[in-house]
Amino acid sequence: MNRFVEQLAANDVAELGMPGSLLAGPTAAMAGPTGHGLSFELAAGNNPAEFAQHFIDAKSEKDSLIKIAHGTTTLAFKFREGVMVATDSRATSGNVIASQTVKKVIEINPYLLGTMAGGAADCSFWERVLGMECRLHELRNKKRISVAAASKLLANLVYRYKGMGLSMGTMVAGWDEKGPGLYYVDSDGQRLANDIFSVGSGSTFAYGVLDSHYRYDMDIEEARDVARRAIYHATHRDAYSGGVVRMYLVQRDGWVPYPLEDVGDLYYQYHPEVQLTNRTESPLTVVPA
Amino acid sequence: MLSSITQAPVEAHSHNRWEPYVDNGGTSLAIAGADFVIIAADTRQSDGYSINTRYDPKAFELSNKTVIATTGYAADAKRLVEVMEQKAQSYFHKHERVMSTPAMAQLLSNTLYYKRFFPYYVFPILAGLDSQGKGAVFTYDPVGNMERTVYVACGSASALVQPFLDNQVGFANQRAADPNRLLDRETARKIAIDAFTGATERDIYTGDWLEIFTIDQTGVHREKRELKRD
Repeated sequence: MNRFVEQLAANDVAELGMPGSLLAGPTAAMAGPTGHGLSFELAAGNNPAEFAQHFIDAKSEKDSLIKIAHGTTTLAFKFREGVMVATDSRATSGNVIASQTVKKVIEINPYLLGTMAGGAADCSFWERVLGMECRLHELRNKKRISVAAASKLLANLVYRYKGMGLSMGTMVAGWDEKGPGLYYVDSDGQRLANDIFSVGSGSTFAYGVLDSHYRYDMDIEEARDVARRAIYHATHRDAYSGGVVRMYLVQRDGWVPYPLEDVGDLYYQYHPEVQLTNRTESPLTVVPA
Repeated sequence: MLSSITQAPVEAHSHNRWEPYVDNGGTSLAIAGADFVIIAADTRQSDGYSINTRYDPKAFELSNKTVIATTGYAADAKRLVEVMEQKAQSYFHKHERVMSTPAMAQLLSNTLYYKRFFPYYVFPILAGLDSQGKGAVFTYDPVGNMERTVYVACGSASALVQPFLDNQVGFANQRAADPNRLLDRETARKIAIDAFTGATERDIYTGDWLEIFTIDQTGVHREKRELKRD
């Protein structure tokens, strides 16, 4: 049985306290299995993880009651000037668009970014925990954590829950003593370093654009254009991606966000041959002159 | 011999596993303004084609500036609200001040996530004033993914109400409109009421009573209205 389950097997429904829990009960002092004082309430029974997964659908592949917000195109690449990070902003729950305004770039701290693909709650929760760990690293060591170390912390954090149904595909991007850093980390425990990554249901489309237009030697404007095109074309072909293009650039002094770009407007930019019929009546954005 | 007597016929248990969740229906919505926020929910509780009760409130004051509304499984919702009420009370007595709405929003997200492996089957929305006194609406999925928005609809009629709000509150894809314009209080209230009369007309799980909470600088104001009971 799962290691996590065994650790909590002593009490079937183990309600343990979180740090500073306002519901501090008799068990609150127990350290959670993560070593962070975190721990999770489980269903009664022999295999609560397997049991709960029956009711939870994190990928729109089951007809389960609990549909976790998900679906995405995210990308990041290293280039001459730093690391470019771009995402769409759509969240899907079953076949319903839950939101078109999701922040899929998670600001871990002023020089580290994480991206969100897979279960939205899984990504934002664990990258928040990661933010706390990175701050503790700074306080303990009097220097900033490296991107390699930060990404490994995250990978180790979620690896403890392998097989429990977490769904997270994230890229950790940042800048440290070695320069730009970019890692891919997922909930299976995979951790990779590379120059280009794209994650999510629209990643195949984004990779197509990235692989044909990416050069390490790009300047910032070229890099923005490639990132924007890749996300845009993914939102065009992948129904689970859409909304706006959100872009960040990581450089020596940390990250900076760029203004949001609605993919509805980009459509007319990337398809100039498209003519709006009933131009004056159309509720959609007008063709740029 | 003994074993043949005591041994009960063993059934395959795969088809009769414990079903911990029921969808009790119901709809909630929230609309934020510049210095107020409206949060409303109907009070019908159903199970399939049966109506369990016509008055089971879904929206609750967590403090004098924050209100939570939940749809989904009523039992889980009740427990979640109890937990949040306890935490809000505990914070108030510990720190001698009311927890801010954004803090309450993050606390709710964590509370949901700590049941990530046995979730509350709920779709909560949280409304209140932020530290600048602006209206704030927070929406969640059952495991605590949180987003701050200007308006939202949740629950059984969300697929009916959300597009209506997109059009009337968010002015989505309307060229002439400013998408960042906020509604005034009376308009927001009327839209909330219209959304629920419309939802009651077309959603069998919505109806009976409508509770509207308006939160502003002076506190939380509750209004109870009738909806159709068919």
